[in-house]
Amino acid sequence: MLRNRSLAALKPVVFRTYATAVGPHALVFLEHRGGVIDSGSLSALAAAEKLGGQVTGLVVGSADEVTAVLPKAQKLKGLTGLLHASSPQYAPALPETVSPLLEKILSDGSPFTHVVSAHSASAKALLPRVAAKLDVPAVSDITSLEHDASSNSTTFTRPIYAGNAIATVVAGSSIPLKFFTVRSTAFKAVAADGSEVEAKSVEPAEVSGPVTEHVRTELTKSDRPELGSASRIVSGGRALKDAQTFNATLEPLADALGAAIGASRAAVDAGYADNSLQVGQTGKVVAPELYVALGISGAIQHLAGMKDSKLIVAVNKDPDAPIFQVADVGLVADLFEVVPELVEKIKQ
Amino acid sequence: MRPTPARLLNILVPVKRTIDYAVKIRVNPDQKGVDLNVKHSMNPFDEIAVEEAVRLREKLKDEIKSIKVVTIGPPKSIETLRTALAMGADSAIHVEIPDSAPAPEPLGVAKALRALIEKQKDGVDLVIMGKQAIDDDAGQTGQMLAGLMNWPQATFASKLVVDPATKEANVTQEIDGGLQEVKAKLPLIVTTDLRLNEPRYASLPNIMKAKKKPIEKVSPADLGIDLTPRLETIKVAEPPKRQGGGKVESVDELVAKLKEAGFLSKS
Repeated sequence: MLRNRSLAALKPVVFRTYATAVGPHALVFLEHRGGVIDSGSLSALAAAEKLGGQVTGLVVGSADEVTAVLPKAQKLKGLTGLLHASSPQYAPALPETVSPLLEKILSDGSPFTHVVSAHSASAKALLPRVAAKLDVPAVSDITSLEHDASSNSTTFTRPIYAGNAIATVVAGSSIPLKFFTVRSTAFKAVAADGSEVEAKSVEPAEVSGPVTEHVRTELTKSDRPELGSASRIVSGGRALKDAQTFNATLEPLADALGAAIGASRAAVDAGYADNSLQVGQTGKVVAPELYVALGISGAIQHLAGMKDSKLIVAVNKDPDAPIFQVADVGLVADLFEVVPELVEKIKQ
Repeated sequence: MRPTPARLLNILVPVKRTIDYAVKIRVNPDQKGVDLNVKHSMNPFDEIAVEEAVRLREKLKDEIKSIKVVTIGPPKSIETLRTALAMGADSAIHVEIPDSAPAPEPLGVAKALRALIEKQKDGVDLVIMGKQAIDDDAGQTGQMLAGLMNWPQATFASKLVVDPATKEANVTQEIDGGLQEVKAKLPLIVTTDLRLNEPRYASLPNIMKAKKKPIEKVSPADLGIDLTPRLETIKVAEPPKRQGGGKVESVDELVAKLKEAGFLSKS
């Protein structure tokens, strides 16, 4: 029943003649880096579309950044509107400087009923701050949603306890503005569909006085697919011994498969791999087509980050390692013997 | 007492009692929650927050005037406060709620913390707290508190350097794809990443000493706040089970499985 309603709402908007029940109108915070919209934001957009109403995107950044991203954002499928605001203060977009802008956009008289973003580091920092200022709760890392326009309530599901339980949470009509962040692996990223939505500029709400100052950003450079959206991932754990062994073992296999490289917390803590490669409850949550776990025992916190992968392959010396309980294909063996052989045979 | 007119730093560390991270949780048959009759301990990110506060004092000595820990939770949460005191905090506040009360949500907790901060005679210069609790995995409270206080925030910190003279802090943050460093004026809210430090174990003498440290008990009503959740949790269910356990004997079999699944067609 709900599904029918949302399909109907996707048709060209026809204004109702009665004054009750305003349809949902989502504001989606579109993140970008280097002139490219983050794939997580494209998944957030897909989730926003499921509310069954209007969807307005918001692009924030320096003038140059906004100019570069806007044409791409305008073509995104599912957007019914697009707002942009630029200021030198928004590069990079720190929560202290961007939250006043969001507050202004969302303040009294705004048409918005939902505020949506990816569950990314920067949006996780921003959205709860804004929600608190507007005195509304927020829902983190949702994996599904359903909106009932007649009662103006939205029902979400979200993982709790490191994904070992799924909570169903209702944000009812007493919450006028529903904030939520979206688990990107749970929604298929929207594509550009050619039609172009009109972009409207919003005055920046600049912050005066001492603000948090950005000192530097250091990004891990890699030619490999981005971990969060890769369709194949080769991941290593503590058994990889050291950083050199980690790279020497995993890279050939990742190359052969065209995969991204991930790591368990143990491997990251021991310094074998960069922090940004950590898969798990406190790192990245991934759901690739193929996840190859090498020398990873499969602690609860690691499984939380990868157990929605389509095919899980595990190689581990310990036949009792918990990873084998979720692996579709398990091989009890020494990974240092298996991986080179595997690379050889994949190449054939 | 130091004669300097400059005010010394007061640190507040909010902590939460959660199910121990190593426990495999079980969903109750009534699908209203999870079985809570299991081992509990301090939320791991909060241990890191306490540790960081104690390390700051070890580094800045007298410049840190106080380290106060606070928890909002049922009577048993007092154990979590004792643990934090044994790690080196000076005093604690327990905002006690009944066992039967629903778990407060991040906005309620943030409002309670704001009320507590406003009650501190000496003020609060730095709040260090976990980036998320491992039970609700919301990761919102620090940011919400920063919003309510209109203070700067530094989330997912992996390094914290405080300069008491300038009342500024440099914080390195874990962001998607790498690191970011920001400089912010105190008062500041910092949320901890796993990478920030390695928490210490409390020694027996310190555990004994912690028993004498003061714990102030207040009620939500004393703070003038209502912790009733505004979001309604209607169901807690088991996640779909994976059919694992398919083991193979050799690399050849493994390769065959990958082929079968279509992963090697291109190469």
